[in-house]
Amino acid sequence: MFELTENRNTKGRELRTSVVESILELIKENDKVVALEADLGGASYFNKINKAAPHNFIQMGIQEANMVGVAAGISIVGYVPFVHTFAPFATRRVLDQIFMSGSYSKNTINIYGSDPGYCVGTNGGTHTSFEDVALLRAIPEIVICDGADDTQVAWIVKEFAKMEGVHYLRANRKAVRDIYKAGSSFQIGKGNLIFEGKDVLIISAGELVSDALDARDILEAQGYSVGVIDMFTIKPLDEKLIIEQAAKAKIVVTFENHSVIGGLGSAVGEVIVENRLNPIFKRIGVEDKFGQVGSPDFLKEKYGLTSKRLVKEIKTLSGKM
Amino acid sequence: MRDTKIAGLEKMAAGVRYDILNMLLKCGAGHLGGSFSIVELLCVLYGSQMNHDPANPDWSGRDYLVLSKGHAGPALYATLAHQGYFAHDQLDTLNCGGTDFPSHPDRLKTIGVDVTTGSLGQGTSQAAGVAYGLKLAKRDNHVYLIVGDGELNEGQCWEAFQFIAHYRLDNLVVIIDDNKKQLDGYTQDVMNPFDIAKKMEAFGFYTMKVKGDDLEAIDLAVSYLRRVGSTAKCIVLDTVKGQGIGYFEELMDNHSVKFDSQENQKAAKAALDELEKLMNREAENV
Ligand SMILES: Cc1ncc(C[n+]2csc(CCOP(=O)(O)OP(=O)(O)O)c2C)c(N)n1
Ligand SMILES: [Mg+2]
Repeated sequence: MFELTENRNTKGRELRTSVVESILELIKENDKVVALEADLGGASYFNKINKAAPHNFIQMGIQEANMVGVAAGISIVGYVPFVHTFAPFATRRVLDQIFMSGSYSKNTINIYGSDPGYCVGTNGGTHTSFEDVALLRAIPEIVICDGADDTQVAWIVKEFAKMEGVHYLRANRKAVRDIYKAGSSFQIGKGNLIFEGKDVLIISAGELVSDALDARDILEAQGYSVGVIDMFTIKPLDEKLIIEQAAKAKIVVTFENHSVIGGLGSAVGEVIVENRLNPIFKRIGVEDKFGQVGSPDFLKEKYGLTSKRLVKEIKTLSGKM
Repeated sequence: MRDTKIAGLEKMAAGVRYDILNMLLKCGAGHLGGSFSIVELLCVLYGSQMNHDPANPDWSGRDYLVLSKGHAGPALYATLAHQGYFAHDQLDTLNCGGTDFPSHPDRLKTIGVDVTTGSLGQGTSQAAGVAYGLKLAKRDNHVYLIVGDGELNEGQCWEAFQFIAHYRLDNLVVIIDDNKKQLDGYTQDVMNPFDIAKKMEAFGFYTMKVKGDDLEAIDLAVSYLRRVGSTAKCIVLDTVKGQGIGYFEELMDNHSVKFDSQENQKAAKAALDELEKLMNREAENV
């Protein structure tokens, strides 16, 4: 059960702090939980795990592929590994290791890929992941989550530890705006219907859910009835909720910090088409482009991932009705 | 009297270090440690050893530089600016939205950059490919590959090294920036490198150890290796992370330095003053 925060303009803990504190709590309950880091412990705060629980920390050096393989191996003998590196190195750089050593072998690897999409900031195009979800979505049985705020991120980490298999969490390292009240709980594979609407349905995930809610505020003030789903589990996808809600809406848009190819938008579109639903449908995300350097705000603007753009697109679509 | 060439390189190094620091200060943060540790190397390569023409960056006779430790991009940009590849004030745009000077080198954006890097390890294979291709084409350009000591953690480096040694790519020099630190601390503690020079020798490289702040020694080594044939070649460059400015050498977390503290800002300002004096020093006083 989730509850919405009273103030969407406050920021919670940094998301890396959320991840690290959750892992430390898990370690207290289960000594088999281990954290693996590829020389980014200063960036992810995994070095705090090293300090607090050195026995449960493995420094891998700059060896992402080896890290994923070692994580798979240690899970074979009963440990529960959490690995961290930046999102692009946690996915596209190690794809075959995730596939064969991980998913295909039914080994367990929990992955925190940080600073996805525009969160990359001045690390720039080489460190940008607009395709991580697309890559992993094609591999059977992987769970993919996009963390919307610190409460949800903390919950996701705890939940991952209960399940076997490969699980991927993409989330900023820094603090993001609150959406949920502390103590909220969720369900893997179930989207959160935050608001129901009659005209428009926005399906989003990750920290952009906050921007989707901003867009809803603006549109509602102008007379639109707008629903918002936080589809924080992109795989397995909550098809039932999409079918139920999209059937009622005139316009469905997806809104993601990712390429429009292969991510949330594609996944939702597949459900809509295969179920012969007929809303006006548009994927809003990165238009098949590479990343670049700049502040996260600059990049957000550049790639059209703002509430302003969302409002504009929805209004344009509604003109077509 | 010191050699005038070396005196010139000393001034160049002060200027390059000044520009790096200035850029990072303007951004508020950046990869200072690994940029500073290769300043002398870059000055020798561009200021003395490499065949290149700033007025004609695509000149077919140019030597290729691959900065596999791409996070040291600011050091390369400052060097290229010093050589006249582009106007100095362009450096001020580092990491700003829309810039041609991203944190990590991009061959499609920056004049003088031939290979895009940033994801560690990948520059090694690309450099090997460039060298192999030059051989195939019977061209006599040389390739200089700069790799971080932490970067050596990546298995891809060792795949590339096997390839370079197997095909005896003697038109390439692997230069390892042995500054003893990576992001999370000392290489010793993060992932023990053991004896890097011995490892390179075991991989089939003719290997030299050179002091990384000694312009004359670097110049001699690079010029000597240019003439060594029929073998893979490596320089293990003994450097200090943050090299050249005492304060930053001693700063423990000097991989990426933030200028959000008074202390760091003060030290940076003092360093800029000191470097400016070196830049303006008259030749006869040297
Ligand atoms: C594949 C990959 N993994 C991680 C990083 C993040 N990263 C950037 S620099 C760095 C440490 C590099 O250490 P070293 O090679 O020793 O560089 P230097 O000391 O010269 O700065 C890390 C982990 C990266 N850029 N690429
Ligand atoms: Mg180093």
